[in-house]
Amino acid sequence: MRFRLPRKGLPQIAAFVVVLLINFAVSPQFFDIRLQDGRLFGSFIDVFNRGAPVALLSLGMVLVVATRGIDLSVGAVMAIAGAIAATLADTHALPVVLLAALGAGLLCGLWNGILVAVLGIQPIIATLILMVAGRGIAQLITEGRIVTFTSPELARFGGGAILGLPVPVVLTASVLAVAVIAIRGTALGLLIEATGANARASALAGIETRTTTIAVYVWSGFCAALAGIVAAADILGADANNAGLWLELDAILAVVIAGSSLLGGRFSLALAVLGALTIQAMNTGILLAGFRPEFNLVVKAVVVLLVLLAQSPRLSGVAVLLARRPA
Amino acid sequence: MTRYLPVIVTAAVFALGYAICALQFPAFLSTRVIANLLTDNAFLGILAVGMTFVIISGGIDLSVGSVVGFTTVFLALAIETWGIPPLAAFMLVLFVATLFGATMGALIQGFDMPPFIVTLAGMFLARGASFLLSTESIPVTAPLYSAVSDFAFRLPGGGRLSVVGMVMLAVFFAGGIALHLTRFGANVYALGGSRVSTGLMGITVGRHTAAIYALSSFLAGLSGIVFSLYTSSGYSLSAVGVELDTIAAVVIGGTLLTGGHGFMIGTFLGVLMQGLIQTYINFDGTLSSWWTKIVTGVLLFAFIAFQQATLALARRSVRGATAKGATP
Repeated sequence: MRFRLPRKGLPQIAAFVVVLLINFAVSPQFFDIRLQDGRLFGSFIDVFNRGAPVALLSLGMVLVVATRGIDLSVGAVMAIAGAIAATLADTHALPVVLLAALGAGLLCGLWNGILVAVLGIQPIIATLILMVAGRGIAQLITEGRIVTFTSPELARFGGGAILGLPVPVVLTASVLAVAVIAIRGTALGLLIEATGANARASALAGIETRTTTIAVYVWSGFCAALAGIVAAADILGADANNAGLWLELDAILAVVIAGSSLLGGRFSLALAVLGALTIQAMNTGILLAGFRPEFNLVVKAVVVLLVLLAQSPRLSGVAVLLARRPA
Repeated sequence: MTRYLPVIVTAAVFALGYAICALQFPAFLSTRVIANLLTDNAFLGILAVGMTFVIISGGIDLSVGSVVGFTTVFLALAIETWGIPPLAAFMLVLFVATLFGATMGALIQGFDMPPFIVTLAGMFLARGASFLLSTESIPVTAPLYSAVSDFAFRLPGGGRLSVVGMVMLAVFFAGGIALHLTRFGANVYALGGSRVSTGLMGITVGRHTAAIYALSSFLAGLSGIVFSLYTSSGYSLSAVGVELDTIAAVVIGGTLLTGGHGFMIGTFLGVLMQGLIQTYINFDGTLSSWWTKIVTGVLLFAFIAFQQATLALARRSVRGATAKGATP
């Protein structure tokens, strides 16, 4: 299956390829892939596997950003969903566990959406509430302990494989596919972009901006809960303090790398996933190069600034002037 | 009157909360608890003063917690490993922090970037820099540190007003004067109202934006010094997530996140409110520490909802007045 490349995606694809090539230069075994126990292994596969939670978060975040919003609570929602999944895993059937965890994510998203769309609170602040309180709620569920489980069904979501591909990768790819079909295949994407570009004009044009806004936050909560399940299944447990910590920032970074404007109105689902994978490839590269993982944050900071500078309206004005100058 | 309503409500809720705590645990009325409330929240209070300026100007600064972490590690290394005298190290770190904030402000203004994402990058950068300096927790044994932690004003009733508590009170006092009584403060309010009209009035928007973020980072550096004195150590993971506590304190204090509206005294009450929740949980003993987060979240929600409601009421009354016409 191939999806149409977005017209504006070339710099992002180039950046991803460059990061991969740097990794290859640093560690010649980077592209080595081997099959073991019916599952593919290797650093290259690992980029996709480890990048899955952030990729899922960025799939939710990208739509929120498209409506001129932001969702700071995704890390906390991950912690809540992971805590619920890990607590129920050994005593309940898998469908119950998944329904409970995903349902909690949907509820969190609904809460954020109502605060933003109905009460009219700025998105940063509305989602800040759940970001602060959410981790407390997650700790309430795990009673402050690190809950572990042994259920092999749930563990498959982290370490299992389908046709040789790790389950997190398959899961992310299917969520991306479903989202692209549902959002770009219908007028939904247009409605979301219109809401972000000018909410008032869209409302006057007959778009249900309120419902659209609530829906994107609910979607973001759902994606975050899915990421939380994957993260919990990966380590066979839930740590309410550290699960998803700072991942909201990675997700925002992925969306920014994807070229979505933080002022809303344009977005690309595929590029957001690519952005998340680029971040993960950089993380892997830093580790492979033998640098201490502490370099991660500094490198990320520099990348954010460079991407923002490249997107800055002032700087593009300069570029236009330079281009116009007669040679 | 409506201008003061959020602060009055915050004060009333704080008084009510304190009364409930005092009814349950009479020890709450002792000067010991009050003095500790100031000492334990000194670093948060100093950060909140800077954040009040930033939020009133219509911005946000997510980097403050990381700057605190960086400062503590830098101080510990400078004093213990590099042998720089403590006071010189303080000056140096304040200079670095101020330059850091001024750069963020210049980027926000110069390239027209959202403050949220620029200070997010600043947060990564400062935290990463402190990881690069050291990932260990380094104790500080300089004589100045023990002298500072030993020195305190004794209050009647056994309370000890510590140096860090006094520094916080002084910063709040100075911040209140700068915000409410100087031209700089008036310009901060103007920026929060509308950047475009502020520029049209002839105020140098760029220089003021740089100055506001420089002030916030300077105070974050000062808060780092206070944190370093308070814990007598430097650790790169200290003050993680404190930026959110700081924003919460400012919001609970009645400052509007859209900018242009707020008071320094409100922020002071907001900081004390967070301290009160923490102290109550410590006194109770059976409640776990994660209740702090949940209660803070609930308070945050209550105050934001209240702000939205008063705003909506104000708008309705304005609309009602215009509908009736300006008949005397």
